[in-house]
Amino acid sequence: MVRKAFTLLMLIAVGMMLLGFVMNFTEKTALPEVSSHYIEKGPAELGSANIVTAVVVTYRGLDTLGEVTILFAAAAVVGLLNHLNRNESSIRREGSELLNTASTLLFPLIFLFGAYVFINGHLSPGGGFQGGAIIASGVVLTVLANPNRKIGHRVLSIIESLSGLIYVALGAAGALLIANGFLDNRIIPLGEFGSLFSAGIIPVIYSVIGLKVGSELSSVVITLNGETIEEDAK
Amino acid sequence: MISTIAVSTGSLLVLIGLWGALTNRDIIRMIVGFSIFDVGIHIIMISIGYISGGTAPIISSLSEVGASFVDPVPQALVLTAIVIGLGITAFMLTYAVNMYNKKGTLEIDKFEELKW
Repeated sequence: MVRKAFTLLMLIAVGMMLLGFVMNFTEKTALPEVSSHYIEKGPAELGSANIVTAVVVTYRGLDTLGEVTILFAAAAVVGLLNHLNRNESSIRREGSELLNTASTLLFPLIFLFGAYVFINGHLSPGGGFQGGAIIASGVVLTVLANPNRKIGHRVLSIIESLSGLIYVALGAAGALLIANGFLDNRIIPLGEFGSLFSAGIIPVIYSVIGLKVGSELSSVVITLNGETIEEDAK
Repeated sequence: MISTIAVSTGSLLVLIGLWGALTNRDIIRMIVGFSIFDVGIHIIMISIGYISGGTAPIISSLSEVGASFVDPVPQALVLTAIVIGLGITAFMLTYAVNMYNKKGTLEIDKFEELKW
């Protein structure tokens, strides 16, 4: 009873807060100063057609590095907790014939689509995080089709650490070599605006982020699936 | 107009998520509630960055720069927030799996160690 009263009280409080916000909400008609700088100067400065990508990878690149680190920490903690508390493996029901066939057929295509999304992150909607999530969804499909299959973590962890290392190395190259600072994308020529090889190293960094995010999310999915990580223990 | 609808929808989702997380006694359902809460906040953040008549901030040629675009900064922030939210959801689910392994149930009322 007390619990219900507290729940109601909290909902009413948050509801009042949000109501006040929605009532006084007015649509903006002009961009804030920082955003208008990004939109007006961004394409000429960085050569990236997608401004959101320019903000994520270069203007606020340090935040993205922190974000990738948080994702890595989450994947590591999930792996650790599951490793400490694993119980005896139970045999689970296989996926149906339909799911099995579809997953072997679709997995390469899903992987290809994910790679397409992160390679074109500077030209079209998409980027490393989205592409990585698409690749991980392909891994979810294979795990659902065959929950008992053992999938080794070694390849995933090699891809993950290698791409993290390349990311930081490219960022440091911006600070140490020709460009203006950490994670500056102009260490190679910007190229022709709107083509695949443009925007300096933004496509390279976003591909690396895509591989990193894809392998991290895949390892989270595989770990949550259960006792499939015996490979390194032996 | 459209951003007001989006803000209202986001606020409603925040309330639904909070209600789900507070009233359900099943841990998985609480996690679903938190995820809905998360989505509501993302919708609110995106709609705050909407500019009247603006289009997606993707430029097809350098001469187009003068046109009206929506604010790219909240979109970049929400991209970050989605990824962090996913990490937190994975973390919560891992705790749920471990709690189930310990007690064989997901009812929050059965876990009495921290009650007083």
